[in-house]
Amino acid sequence: MTGAVGTVSRDAEEHPRAVEGRAPDVFSRDGFVPMRQWPEEEPVDFAIVGTGCGGGIAAAKLAQAGFSVVAFDAGPFWRPLADFASDEREQDKLYWLDERISGGNDPISLGSHNSGRCVGGTTVHFQMVALRFRPEWFAARSRLGYGVDWPVDWRVMWKYYAEVERACSISGPVRYPWGPPRGRYPYRAHPVNAAGLVLARGAEALGVPWSPMPVATVSAPRGKSPPCAYRGMCKIGCSTNAKQSILITYIPRALAAGAEIRDLAMVARVETGRDGRVCGLHYHRGGQWRYQRARNVIVAGYAIETPRLLLNSASPQHPQGLANSSGTVGRHLMVHSNHAVWGEFDEEIRFYKGPPLLAVCEHWNYADGDPSRDFDGGYAIMSQGPLPIDYASCLVSNTGVFGTELRRRMALYNRMAGLKIVGETLPQPENRVTLAEETDGFGIPKAHVSFSYCENDKRLFRHSLRFMDRMLRAAGGRNLYESEATAHLMGGCRMGHGPDDSVTDSDGRTWDVPNLFVCDGSLMPTGGGVNSSMTIMANSARIADRLVALGKRGEL
Amino acid sequence: MSDFRTPYPGYDVLAKWASPSWNDQTRQVVRERLLNIPRPRFFNEAEWSVLTALCDRIIPQPERAEPVPIAPFIDAALFEGRGTGTRFAEMPPDGAAWRQGLAALDAEAALRFGGRFAGLTAERQDAIIAAAVAGDVTAPAWEGLPPRRFMRGLVLLEIVAIYYAHPAAQSEIGFGGSTSPRGYVRLDAGRFDPWEAGPGIWPDREP
Repeated sequence: MTGAVGTVSRDAEEHPRAVEGRAPDVFSRDGFVPMRQWPEEEPVDFAIVGTGCGGGIAAAKLAQAGFSVVAFDAGPFWRPLADFASDEREQDKLYWLDERISGGNDPISLGSHNSGRCVGGTTVHFQMVALRFRPEWFAARSRLGYGVDWPVDWRVMWKYYAEVERACSISGPVRYPWGPPRGRYPYRAHPVNAAGLVLARGAEALGVPWSPMPVATVSAPRGKSPPCAYRGMCKIGCSTNAKQSILITYIPRALAAGAEIRDLAMVARVETGRDGRVCGLHYHRGGQWRYQRARNVIVAGYAIETPRLLLNSASPQHPQGLANSSGTVGRHLMVHSNHAVWGEFDEEIRFYKGPPLLAVCEHWNYADGDPSRDFDGGYAIMSQGPLPIDYASCLVSNTGVFGTELRRRMALYNRMAGLKIVGETLPQPENRVTLAEETDGFGIPKAHVSFSYCENDKRLFRHSLRFMDRMLRAAGGRNLYESEATAHLMGGCRMGHGPDDSVTDSDGRTWDVPNLFVCDGSLMPTGGGVNSSMTIMANSARIADRLVALGKRGEL
Repeated sequence: MSDFRTPYPGYDVLAKWASPSWNDQTRQVVRERLLNIPRPRFFNEAEWSVLTALCDRIIPQPERAEPVPIAPFIDAALFEGRGTGTRFAEMPPDGAAWRQGLAALDAEAALRFGGRFAGLTAERQDAIIAAAVAGDVTAPAWEGLPPRRFMRGLVLLEIVAIYYAHPAAQSEIGFGGSTSPRGYVRLDAGRFDPWEAGPGIWPDREP
């Protein structure tokens, strides 16, 4: 496994901080808050693996309902005010840097832009885009004719979007141009920076709507969070706590409600009893292997670690891996295609200022009847604001430029603007997570990820490249070039209508094991054409409420 | 290709070191980077000579008496086993890929020009790098190491990640640098806060 990565606060990467009845106070530089601790020998109501969009929300809501909860995270428990630097390379410490093996026809890059490894998960480094699914996507098969239907009605999801948007104090526009009305965003929209206004100019020239982006960083004070200072370092961790990550929203609520968080705790295997039910989990913390007993286990490790853990938890009762009698665990892994067009402008844009994605065009998520539309699914177009290393990485990996020409093109950094899509890819069974033969430093088999675009995925991103090319030229861009990448991970343990082709029911309960649940992005049956965070959060909040209701009825 | 000229001569992100744009932890990170150049521990002498020659051609710095060090940080990351999160299935693990790739660049130099990579002229080194970036190399030493993936997915990424982490590189592109905690007020095109670089010098935009 990767050792300590950062220079600042290396102790947080090497020694657990949430111990001895207290956990880091994320709003302080070196303080603690009280933390209830639960014994390992007594079964807790819920042992939760992961503390991001899924596990963090489940931990808070279940603890608030009175359940005993212990949530495990493989990564450190940061205090952003003291531990984060304005430095891209230092902040690599937020990412899941352990080796995963990536194959298929279009192998995906893993790590910085799709996997977090700390309490709070990827939300600590996400770019805060807070969009909702289009309602029809929850019934993509029956209403739009592609993919599969979710086992959840869009109106239920709509209610939970509103809940998590309030919980994270989303700053958004007064009127959002697409989809059915949504209530007011809790905080007013941020001013749109120069990079966002490039998108606005392009959209207006082509006659399509655009909008200021709803984002999860506050535009006015909220509790101990100051308003966003437009530092532009969102993707490497917010050091002022303006960003409303899970780390500073749901985690403190979970602790206050009596949940225990165990940081630097890598869960290797979920244990099964003779009756086939799960009874606890094996984890590594503080230099030794430990065992926590549990009445219920919720796996919330995201689209790679969740399938990896279930597959590595095979037992005589579950020889193919836990919850995998249908062979579905690990399958239907999706990404968002992240194709982009970049151009030079006469004026200096300086896209390092402000949250990186401040304008959005969702036209192609809704324009069903357009004759140029030759693909299923959708894509959103967003303005861009990469920091220097991020931008240089995009430039060299896509163009192969090096030498003086590389330095010259990087010197145009302040005059660049870009448009990038979050493009839907279709669920395919062969895009999947499996266990490799090689093991990691804990002796756990490494994840092998296989990904290939299908023809529809390719038609979609080619369409987007043509459109963004026109848009960026119309906005005044010159010397355009294209780049390709992927963002986000979804699927891998999808929920569905029956045990033959899904892993869980709509409550996240695995079809095979009644006291084993999944609650994270791996549940997503389709990916949609918007960033997945809010959908994962809304779905997790919904599942947590369902678990509380099931518990009250004695059906857990 | 003429030598590189920065649009922002005289601008230095470090000039804000004692201002509200820098906090202690950012100062700690950058001080460490500037003062503690790691000594090579991962690569052997032959590999090291190819690596330093390679870094010099990916980021040529003829105008600097003391070029921004790159190779020592590549070596340190590999020695410390700092992961990147991805190993492409067609590639060996990072450390093995670097060793093989550097040997293959040397083998390619012998094949094409009858010399060691480090001893070639800059033009010939560039020709080999360009061929590797394009996947257009023939030395048997590349067997099992896809050259295009090696160059674009590992070498170039690591080199730019190290170079553009350095204040000198950030200054030459006019990046605002550290923003801890002070961020920005002026977000419109062509408008700058006093703690940013002033307008750049752009030959293609002279009136």
